[in-house]
Amino acid sequence: MVWVIVIIVAVVVLILAYIAYLWNKLVRYRNRVENAWHQIDVQLNRRADLIPNLVETVKGYAAHEKSTFEMVTQARSALMSAGSVGEKAQAEGQLAGALKSLFAVAEAYPELKANQNFLALQEELTGTENKIAYARQFYNDSVMAYDIARQKVPANIIAKMSFNEPREYFEPESPTYKEVPKVSFQ
Amino acid sequence: MFVIFFIVVCALGFVIGLVWGRGKVDSVYYGFLGLGIALIFAGIMGMVSYWQSDKVALSTSGAVPVENFLPDPNYIRYKNTVEGLALAAGVPVPAIYVIPSPAKNAFATGRNPEHSAIAATSGLITSMNDEQLQGVIAHEMSHIKNYDILLLSMVIILVGAVVLLSNIFLRSLWFRDNDSGGGEGAWIFLLIGIVLAILTPVFAQLMKLAIGRKREYLADANGALLTRYPLGLASALQELADDQQQMKTANQATAHLFIVQPLKTEKGNSGSWLHRMFDTHPPIEDRIARLQEMAGEFQPQQMPQQ
Repeated sequence: MVWVIVIIVAVVVLILAYIAYLWNKLVRYRNRVENAWHQIDVQLNRRADLIPNLVETVKGYAAHEKSTFEMVTQARSALMSAGSVGEKAQAEGQLAGALKSLFAVAEAYPELKANQNFLALQEELTGTENKIAYARQFYNDSVMAYDIARQKVPANIIAKMSFNEPREYFEPESPTYKEVPKVSFQ
Repeated sequence: MFVIFFIVVCALGFVIGLVWGRGKVDSVYYGFLGLGIALIFAGIMGMVSYWQSDKVALSTSGAVPVENFLPDPNYIRYKNTVEGLALAAGVPVPAIYVIPSPAKNAFATGRNPEHSAIAATSGLITSMNDEQLQGVIAHEMSHIKNYDILLLSMVIILVGAVVLLSNIFLRSLWFRDNDSGGGEGAWIFLLIGIVLAILTPVFAQLMKLAIGRKREYLADANGALLTRYPLGLASALQELADDQQQMKTANQATAHLFIVQPLKTEKGNSGSWLHRMFDTHPPIEDRIARLQEMAGEFQPQQMPQQ
């Protein structure tokens, strides 16, 4: 008779342990999604910080391309003061557009290209854009892992208790992102 | 594969125990006791070397921190690539090193992602384009993320234990007293014990190399998952296959950490079946073929010539 009780208790303990394991796994994955989302902001911030240096380098060679510089500076201030997510997205699109013109200016001055500082900063910008892309990729991967964990069979019962809010995949912010970029060296 | 290895090691202990106990029933415990002692010794040696593994690997290869090379755009690109891929993998950024050598190779080391390091030769950093460099670094990052260095250290500990145990057993045979009274069956165990004691160390080495090769394939696949572009690594491997230069600072002990065999045989010769069993890395043609298969129908008509 004692054995039956022992076995039942053991089974109950095992089931509870498994439930705890699943719950903790969902907690881990949800927090990873949060972290990944904020990591994107870290990289975006770094890009915004780099811009003044690039402008300074290019300024020395093209003193009369003022309008381009002003565009970049304005776009950057707009980004810094943007409030809601929608405003932010718009400001970022503006900044990206202004950066494109800035690179066109750099193309017009071949001596500038050979300049070691400019090459280094160009490399930094490329690297920063790549890091933003990687951060977004990791965010999407985290969302996928979280969604899978939430929807798998024994776990989805537990998930209903507290892990209900769906996480969305990253949506590109620039309205023109699907267009093929025009490359012209005029 | 690791499981088979473990079973073989335990079987060796079992048989040795039977021999020592002259076939008596409780002699198996002696065998496992011997196995346990050997494991502890090998474990201590292994742990010490494992704890220092990143420092040892870095110093023997002459690695220098990347900060020394920095305003050079190629090295900025290398540093940014490592940091970016660490972001994509969700691991802390490893310490970044450069090996000043014209040969093209790279390795990763460290017992867990928090204490890891990546080193690449200057030859590799300056000659690879963006996609190739990302492919190589993603492969190394995957080694770190998969705890491959930890796994290989544990395997090496087991190999060490097996070698120790076999040595002890074979030497103990000199001191046997011949009037053991163990019965007619004892000499069979003795024979089996001797054969196993000679073969198992070799077998253990082969298992370690086989495990290492499997993890290389896994690191290739995980690296392709990080970059979402398997052809980048495939093109890098192609270039590495054509590179003739030997690395001066590599040797047998650290060879398994590198991305391709740093110690070369003649070009294009992957060798006989026997040779291939002793390779620390799978043949490059196979690795490229697997990556191209991953790329599948998205592969362009012609491999990009870089």
